[in-house]
Amino acid sequence: MSSYLEAGARARIVGLLDKDSFVEILGPTARVTSPHLPELDMPVAFDDGIVVGQGTMDGKTVLIAAQEGGFMGGAIGEIHGAKLTGLLERALDIKPDAVLLLFDSGGVRLQEANAGLIAMGEIQRAVLAARHAGIPVIGLIGGRNGCYGGTSIIARTCDWLIGSEEGRLSISGPEVIETIEGAEEFDSQDRALVWRTMGLKHRRLIGEIDHIVPDDIGAFGEMAKNYFGRSRELTLDALEAEHAFLADRLERFKDCRDARDVWGRIGINEPARVPDLDPEPFERLAVNLALQRP
Amino acid sequence: MSEQSRHSIQQFLHQLFGDSCSVHFDGPLLSGEGVFEGNPVSILGTSSRVHIGAALALELARHVLDIMRQHPSRTILLIVENSGQKLGLFDELIGNNGYIAHLSTCLDAARRRGHKIVGVVHDLAISAGFMATGMATSECFALNGAELRVMAPEAMSRITRIPLDRLNQLSKTNPILGPGAANFERIGGIAGIWSDDVRAEFGKALAQPDEEDSRRTRGEKRGGRVFAAKVAQAVREGRQRL
Repeated sequence: MSSYLEAGARARIVGLLDKDSFVEILGPTARVTSPHLPELDMPVAFDDGIVVGQGTMDGKTVLIAAQEGGFMGGAIGEIHGAKLTGLLERALDIKPDAVLLLFDSGGVRLQEANAGLIAMGEIQRAVLAARHAGIPVIGLIGGRNGCYGGTSIIARTCDWLIGSEEGRLSISGPEVIETIEGAEEFDSQDRALVWRTMGLKHRRLIGEIDHIVPDDIGAFGEMAKNYFGRSRELTLDALEAEHAFLADRLERFKDCRDARDVWGRIGINEPARVPDLDPEPFERLAVNLALQRP
Repeated sequence: MSEQSRHSIQQFLHQLFGDSCSVHFDGPLLSGEGVFEGNPVSILGTSSRVHIGAALALELARHVLDIMRQHPSRTILLIVENSGQKLGLFDELIGNNGYIAHLSTCLDAARRRGHKIVGVVHDLAISAGFMATGMATSECFALNGAELRVMAPEAMSRITRIPLDRLNQLSKTNPILGPGAANFERIGGIAGIWSDDVRAEFGKALAQPDEEDSRRTRGEKRGGRVFAAKVAQAVREGRQRL
């Protein structure tokens, strides 16, 4: 076992790919750093907090990007975002078996806010371009920063999402909601509330992600390989099916105020026990009861 | 504010389409059609500085899907006005990010299927609200006086710990940082700010050739975001050096 949560971006990539197969693109020696952070007297990272490159998994070619949560919470600035967009566009040229995106990000890097926001749109468009070209885009979530803000929208634009129960996927951070709407609406100090609302077990049960794996790089890799060669279509009919799924879900749970209400309603006998379940028994439960995206 | 917002949008649409325009306001959602120089245009959007929650994103997506089915390749005018994503327990619980992703995926699909989608920011667009709508268009513009931002300067100052005075100062000279349509124009985030001759502006927008994504090169040309295009190209080519 090798913890995905504890690993840095490069260790995650190296752990996922075939031995010695990783070739980093525009790596730290190129020193393409943020031109904006020094203006604010802030330190830069030689990779601007994201590792991108190419390698193989079981001999199959993949393009891979990993956000480094240790640098500014994995937040997306101009360079960081452009590296991700460029990698996704490379997929159109070399047609890999899959693109893997390892999300670990709080969203837009506020110190370069406007560039970060526009980068979100560019990345999302590049994800969709790769998907329309039939290249599977697989998102992995299991880092300390979760996947928030615009990054959460990008994640949900991928074909497939895999995560560990240590991961979170949500648009607004708990602190932001509490600051604006008050602690009665969302108590950011209530860790159990945060996890059962934004954590990946809930996301798996409502069909937002496809699989929960143990916090182990090898387990992430094995699951990712299952999705090689498989795409979610983007035809009009496929978009209609996704629409119907989302509409049904919204209608079915519109009166729910707690994830446990949702879990009970999909047929889980003891919703209160869900947070304590280990990944394997949880997955066995989810396979039978979780909502499934088309 | 709702009345004022709707009235102002109606005025704008009347300037653009004259009497050919019929638009239905359903709460913050607006939809309808108009005729521009003999060609039908589908009109869709939001008003009243609404927050984009799951339900509204879904309603918008419904309209986009209907337009794709009923009026293949017809031009879509998207009125962009919002205060960002809806903040609250329920929208997180139900996965608002998934609903917003669905909306932008539908808009993107429409664009790829040959619909020209012209976004126009009216009054205000913020962060994920802009990403959900205006950023998934063929081209997005701002009306004169409209505001675009990621976050209010006070909140940004608190979170980044950059003193407000300094932040405001930096925002004047650095288009990457501060709020304002002009800053977003300089970084290529919007194609331009419309003059008061909106008919001429819309005509020009429709005449522009379709590009997959011109935002980076535009930001580079305008000097507001000079690295993104180079860096993305270098990575696309698999280079080790910029």
